[in-house]
Amino acid sequence: MSEDKDNERVRLISEEKYKYGFTTDVHTDVIERGLTEDTVRLISSKKNEPEWMLEFRLKAYRHWLTMPMPDWAHLDIPEIDFQSISYYADPTAGQTKEGPKSLEEIDPQVMKTFDKLGIPLEERLALSGGVAVDAVMDSVSVKTTFKKTLAEKGIIFCSIGEAVQNHPELVREYLGSVVNYRDNFYAALNSAVFSDGSFVYIPKGVRCPMELSTYFRINAKGTGQFERTLIVADDDSYVSYLEGCTAPMRDENQLHAAIVEIVVLDRAEVKYSTVQNWYPGDENGKGGVYNFVTKRGHLRGVNSKLSWTQVETGSAITWKYPSCILSGDGSQGEFYSVALTNNYQQADTGTKMIHLGKNTKSTIISKGISAGHSQNSYRGLVRVSEKADGARNYSQCDSLLLGDKCGAHTFPYMDIHNDTAVVEHEATTSKISEDQLFYCNQRGIPVEEAIGLIVNGYAKEVLNKLPMEFAVEAQRLLSVSLENTVG
Amino acid sequence: MQTEKIYTDLFVQNRQMVDDGSCQVLNSQRQQALEALEQYGLPVHQEEYLHTDVSQWFQPDWGLNIQRHKIQADSVRIQHGTLPEGVVVETLEKASAQNPALVEKYYNRLADMKRPGIAAINAMFCQDGVFIYVPKNTVVEQPVQLVSLLQSPVSMMVNRRILVVLEQGASLSLVMTDHSGAQNPMLATQVTEVFVGAGATLRLYEMEETGVQNLRAAETFVLQQADSNVQMGCFTLTNGKTRNSTFVTLAEPGANLQLDGAVVTDRNQHVDNFTSVDHKAGNCTSSELYKYVLDDESTGNFYGKVLVRPDSQHTASAQTNRNICVSKKARMWTQPQLEIYADDVKCSHGATVGQLDEQALFYMRQRGIPYVEARMLLMQAFLNEVTDRVQVELLRERLHLLVEKRLRGELNQCQNCGACK
Repeated sequence: MSEDKDNERVRLISEEKYKYGFTTDVHTDVIERGLTEDTVRLISSKKNEPEWMLEFRLKAYRHWLTMPMPDWAHLDIPEIDFQSISYYADPTAGQTKEGPKSLEEIDPQVMKTFDKLGIPLEERLALSGGVAVDAVMDSVSVKTTFKKTLAEKGIIFCSIGEAVQNHPELVREYLGSVVNYRDNFYAALNSAVFSDGSFVYIPKGVRCPMELSTYFRINAKGTGQFERTLIVADDDSYVSYLEGCTAPMRDENQLHAAIVEIVVLDRAEVKYSTVQNWYPGDENGKGGVYNFVTKRGHLRGVNSKLSWTQVETGSAITWKYPSCILSGDGSQGEFYSVALTNNYQQADTGTKMIHLGKNTKSTIISKGISAGHSQNSYRGLVRVSEKADGARNYSQCDSLLLGDKCGAHTFPYMDIHNDTAVVEHEATTSKISEDQLFYCNQRGIPVEEAIGLIVNGYAKEVLNKLPMEFAVEAQRLLSVSLENTVG
Repeated sequence: MQTEKIYTDLFVQNRQMVDDGSCQVLNSQRQQALEALEQYGLPVHQEEYLHTDVSQWFQPDWGLNIQRHKIQADSVRIQHGTLPEGVVVETLEKASAQNPALVEKYYNRLADMKRPGIAAINAMFCQDGVFIYVPKNTVVEQPVQLVSLLQSPVSMMVNRRILVVLEQGASLSLVMTDHSGAQNPMLATQVTEVFVGAGATLRLYEMEETGVQNLRAAETFVLQQADSNVQMGCFTLTNGKTRNSTFVTLAEPGANLQLDGAVVTDRNQHVDNFTSVDHKAGNCTSSELYKYVLDDESTGNFYGKVLVRPDSQHTASAQTNRNICVSKKARMWTQPQLEIYADDVKCSHGATVGQLDEQALFYMRQRGIPYVEARMLLMQAFLNEVTDRVQVELLRERLHLLVEKRLRGELNQCQNCGACK
């Protein structure tokens, strides 16, 4: 058999596993590689930003220059050459500056891409009651659906670029108020070069009638994606927000450094769910996305609530700690996570719960699953400050090891400065119970399927927190990612 | 590296004097120690030392007794009973004069100087220490007690060194107590190296009751061979600032480790227990229990690392850290760490920070027990879980008494034990 045919077969098989690995051939305007002050200015001018926005970026850029790359995580991160990345790629180039008015104006190739990913950009195709989507490809938001329906309720749902133009007062007030550009290395980088992500504002007393969702797609080669999302939930409001992401299969490592900021005011509730499925690299650890994300919610209001749910199956390296600053009295933070690593993937993920207000509560449920040669770490901080009387935390981190070449690690930090706090942490690490496997086998379920079943059961506590549409997808993802872990 | 420089310079200038006051075995390690200290330095204020800035402790101009004015504590006095044949309890100096090969084989082999720590500075300056050796299949029935007494009219830095070797099948209970008669601040570094041979059993308890003005940085290194059993207990009561680092390596299959600690603090005391258990071989077990009661403005830190290396299958490891803050200003940090690279293992850790059980308090008050007394009882019960594990009966009773006194705040006064006389 010729080598070509062999390669073809290998390609087909590996693509089966990661079915979002295709690329779209679309005319994309990619700026030159490298990062200087001019790059920052260029991005800002491309987005036609006001002066204050440029200032914000430049301040962040200058600060970034002074920072070293962090190395405290339990990750083996190869040296990243930040000058070899292009920081802006626009697949909508050549269209009108104001962006597409109707679907006809969107490049049919882009439309097709999102169709293939199962993200309907046509509103009539969405399920009844459906999901409003902001579709982001590379650095630009392609289309935001259901804008009109949402606007009737006073909800703002658009790309952050649009928000800077149309709602500068809101953006100025909240952007960077939760994640300061000085926060960490990748936050500084993102603040300097960020491109589209979503902006959500839910007015007082409004319960968002549909799920809001952003779908991130990396397409162009040699680029990094630096999206920024900002969600503001005003008093007594509610919103459920979903985030999904995929990228093509490539040998090179692509960088994704995002910031998500959430502000929750009095009695408001935000549910933020992520299914992270960036390309994880092949079975030899080649390629894959580096996912360095700063996600944080500030629960400013009394009795406010923020719930993070994440299913992490993709990315070559994940460095992600969705956190809650619980400063409103009686506020509640939740973190539910399933992180699955296979082959040579590495994940260091967890959360921070900073209790500042009185009677604040937080719950952490983290389920790690490692297979192949992967390393999976949970890292979390629970801090109870002097004034946070009556704070309560419960953390549970379980790790499951499939195979003897992988690693599972737990690094919880507790910092308790209050005598009325009750903080509990539990962690266990074990392998799949032989009894359970045997039970399944006995009833005719093959080993691989049985493992999928057991893992799904193990992760159920978290998967149950996901909205319906996502839960199905996540379950399927867990099974697919586990293929070939046995034997 | 400013602080290190003071000490390396001091050493280089007075090297002859240090060597003269010591013996060949100890002197032979000094050059290595000097180089290690120059390269790795004292612990900086980072990750493993995040809540205890040990390098700062070394900043004051401590006096060092390198000329070795002979003091009584230099010689080992066996006070009661006799030891089985072949058992050595001697100063390092005398032991190495009698049997240099034996001491040399073990001295400074376990202490890891190639990291920021106090092992290097200790090896550089220490001029003597205690050597305990139990030969093959020898059982020492009576517990051996080591009394360290800090007594000096001036502030001083003291470098203590302890070397314990248990040959195959040997058994020993060792009680190390740490006292102070000094009114002025003292800095004590202590490095303990423990070799536990195949099938040997060691019970090692450390009890500290010094004074709030004292600083203590201790590092204990334990190497366990096949089927050995080690139980360690560390009780910290009145020392000002304490850092205990314990490194245990389970090098061969079948080794079992139990590592416990209890801490009672008040005022501005600070106690940091760092433990690192390295499961290098399979079929080993480790269990850890650390409990803290923190009052006033005192602070506590617990860092517990468990590493299960690849192929260390059938490891069972459990770690528990429970803490009670009894005042508003007390502060506790806890960092359990599990690093696991083998799949057929059962590992868990749990950590809690909470308060006394309101219902239990209420129950007792209902029955006429005053609030203060009821609280005391609960705290004592909380710590008893650790003290009850001590297998030397006399020590266990003494600890119960000391813990109670400590909780009542009565321990900072002279007990008239006569040890300092």
